[in-house]
Amino acid sequence: MNTNYINGQPLIQVTDLVKSFGELDALGGVSTDIYEGDVVFVVGPSGSGKSTFLRCLNRLEEPTGGKILFEGIDITDPKTDIDKHRQKMGMVFQQFNLFPHMTIMKNLTIGPMKLQDKSKEEAETEAMRLLERVGLADRANAYPSQLSGGQKQRIAIVRALCMKPDVMLFDEPTSALDPEMVGEVLSVMRDLAEEKMTMVVVTHEMAFAKEVANRVLFMAEGKIVEENAPKEFFEHPKTDRLQNFLSKVL
Amino acid sequence: MNNFIDAFYLNFIKDERWKYITGGLKTTLTVTFFAVIMGIVLGFLVGVIRSTYDKTGKLKILNALCNVYLTIIRGTPVVVQLLITYFVIFGSVNINKVVVAVIAFGVNSGAYVAEIIRSGIMSVDNGQFEAGRSIGFTYGQTMIHIILPQAFKNVLPALANEFIVLLKETSVAGYIALEDLTKGGDIIRSRTFNAFMPLIGVAIIYLLMVMIFSYFVKCLERRLRNSEH
Repeated sequence: MNTNYINGQPLIQVTDLVKSFGELDALGGVSTDIYEGDVVFVVGPSGSGKSTFLRCLNRLEEPTGGKILFEGIDITDPKTDIDKHRQKMGMVFQQFNLFPHMTIMKNLTIGPMKLQDKSKEEAETEAMRLLERVGLADRANAYPSQLSGGQKQRIAIVRALCMKPDVMLFDEPTSALDPEMVGEVLSVMRDLAEEKMTMVVVTHEMAFAKEVANRVLFMAEGKIVEENAPKEFFEHPKTDRLQNFLSKVL
Repeated sequence: MNNFIDAFYLNFIKDERWKYITGGLKTTLTVTFFAVIMGIVLGFLVGVIRSTYDKTGKLKILNALCNVYLTIIRGTPVVVQLLITYFVIFGSVNINKVVVAVIAFGVNSGAYVAEIIRSGIMSVDNGQFEAGRSIGFTYGQTMIHIILPQAFKNVLPALANEFIVLLKETSVAGYIALEDLTKGGDIIRSRTFNAFMPLIGVAIIYLLMVMIFSYFVKCLERRLRNSEH
């Protein structure tokens, strides 16, 4: 972890984040703090900017305005070496995005070996340990095309974990899965949350958000409309927008 | 039948005329081989530059240069390019014609390879780029470790086809009096005043080379398809 980063300060501090695609404002000034060990769920209707918000956090999407401090460093500054910081921000995609031309083991070890100077043995031992935890140790030499969707997503989570990130970003991790495979992915995420991994999760799984989150953000039209602890959030929504949204999805 | 044997003797055996064919074949293969290598190197560079511009908007000037190169090469006949290379660019220097041919055909092929490579890179899902970048790879590392291996596999058939085209295209090397396979056959024709035997012979040799090469490509394609990874 970065030495400039002082304990007690937010791990990620987002100030007035703006993202426009041409005329369209996807994010219209979002501010929030994410602390170490936080499990923040972001929910909202499609087109509300929640995925854009998440993708701005590791600059897969370039913000057009505002500031993001990660471990005390302004990563929106063009001079910041974003590749360095991305190693500390694991990301899990809706479409898994495993590398199809590599075995599972290679998928997991290429990052640590090329970017963190880990030896093959070191990287493989760590990968194996994590594979065992998600129950996929026997698939180490398979290729992604030989796995089910749920297995792919669990591997994708492990791939991010192999880099030993300080925060995990989940972009609708279960939306592309067959219903019977959602559970296995959620259970891996639940374990992570219990181990105090800092997580930001964009999802439509409301029940899961209620169970695992310590904070839920509701976004609409590029802004955070309401945020609260999950119990309050789901049982006593304050704004009409959220009441309306919850009445449709619950 | 005797006529055929006589004609064969006259065109290929007498005065060691077969040497025009073997010597020409050697030249054709040499030119093709080195032009293919040059085409791949050039094509890779240009293809990567162009797709980097397409994806990120960077390398604007290099991309513009590449566009000029592609427009000129693809907009003019290869014979004209060969003549210009020999008589204009290297007009005042004493240079081996094989080298001239390699450069002309290599530069020509590079333009087509570049577009093949670019289409291959663009065909790889953007999620692969994002996954690579999200792990912490730079753009270049993502390209080398993740995108290019997949792109290359996708375009292998198209690349092989381009090399078959190139092999046949070198037959115009005679325009700069380079004695390739075609020219060799044509020299025999001018000596023996017999067109059928040497020209059909040359055609059969080209055909055989292309068929053999196509066979290997087919094997390779089948192997790639079977190992769907």
